[in-house]
Amino acid sequence: MGAVISVVLYILLAPIVGGLLAGLDRKITARMQGRIGPSILQPFYDVRKLFAKETLSIGKFQYLTIISFLIFVIFTGACFFAGLDILLVFFVLTTAAMFFVLAAGLPNSPFSRMGAMRELVQMLAYEPMVLLVAVGLYKATGTFVIKDIISSDVSAIVYLPGMFIGFLYILTIKFRKSPFDLSTSHHAHQELVKGITTELSGKTFAILEITHWYENVMLLGVVALFILNSSVWSIPVAIVVCLLAYFLEILIDNTCARVKWDFMLKSAWIVTIIFGTVNLLILQYLF
Amino acid sequence: MAKLSKSPWIMHYDGSSCNGCDIEVLACLTPVYDVERFGIINTGNPKHADILLITGGINTQNKPVVEQIYSQMPNPKVVVAVGICACNGGVFKECYNILGGADQVIPVDVYVPGCAARPESIIDGVVKALDILEKKQAEMENKASSEE
Repeated sequence: MGAVISVVLYILLAPIVGGLLAGLDRKITARMQGRIGPSILQPFYDVRKLFAKETLSIGKFQYLTIISFLIFVIFTGACFFAGLDILLVFFVLTTAAMFFVLAAGLPNSPFSRMGAMRELVQMLAYEPMVLLVAVGLYKATGTFVIKDIISSDVSAIVYLPGMFIGFLYILTIKFRKSPFDLSTSHHAHQELVKGITTELSGKTFAILEITHWYENVMLLGVVALFILNSSVWSIPVAIVVCLLAYFLEILIDNTCARVKWDFMLKSAWIVTIIFGTVNLLILQYLF
Repeated sequence: MAKLSKSPWIMHYDGSSCNGCDIEVLACLTPVYDVERFGIINTGNPKHADILLITGGINTQNKPVVEQIYSQMPNPKVVVAVGICACNGGVFKECYNILGGADQVIPVDVYVPGCAARPESIIDGVVKALDILEKKQAEMENKASSEE
């Protein structure tokens, strides 16, 4: 019963929370640059506008792939908040991301295709760490089931501080924040027009925005997974940690210039090896 | 309901301008004028844009480019000609390669005069364009509902 309630809450509230987080992002970004910035509700205005605009579709398949991306991301989040297996969650999330790449890779547009290629490189950069997080959570709590992970006596971060740092590093790639906003950028100045989202307009772009809100809430949920334990007091702590992680991403976004893909790939894997693998080895041999 | 005027995304195209107006357009984004507080974003992608800002006159080389950008923007869309060169060719009007203002190739909705146009008048022109954008959107909805 609890699982059903949390899934329904996720489906209803995640776009609201995700949209507000995106609005907060733009507000804080503006303040960091000495500007007033848009209203916190701006992302909702943007999506409402996009639904009112004409949709210039590049074939029916584009619509299908974007809808599939949305459905798979919602399914991933539903599995996550229902407390199912974390491996399932991560694998379905990868499938969802593949639909996004397909949506951008299919149109015969060089910018869109380049964006899709870069998105694949980004996936290559973050996937090892994501999988290691699942393994690390198993090592720390003895289970892959999210429901049991959050009801363990000690927070997972106690055993997995390295994994947590590694996950924060790849979270920047997942959020497509500078310095890793290679496939598409939130800011106007990009050499690839809008990269992976270039060929999306009107409704399809609006659906994509909503999908990102769902995805971001789920990713912050993974951050919370490191903190939550059987105590009720871990819930507010987890929320604060999620917000701090989000603020850190905004700070990084505003202070770093975009890097080249090879630096992203190398640095993400080095961070994965240093923080992820070493953390795992210590768990394996010292505990 | 005002669906579009709360989030107008702008595409800026520099025709054969002297860059004076372009600098003023970009000045609108700086902390002094900060147009993003109205939800205005300077996007580089015509498929995401609602308003096309054109600076500089149209010459034989950039004519197809301007037509291409305009045709790639989804409806409803408006065009703002920024600076006297984009309005009618300005000081370059008599040049052998200049066709004239932006209205020689695409329909222009708002003319912002000036050399260079001041950021205040550019923002003013965009605000005027928003009303036209809303009207066009209402027309589009009426047309869609009458077709059904």
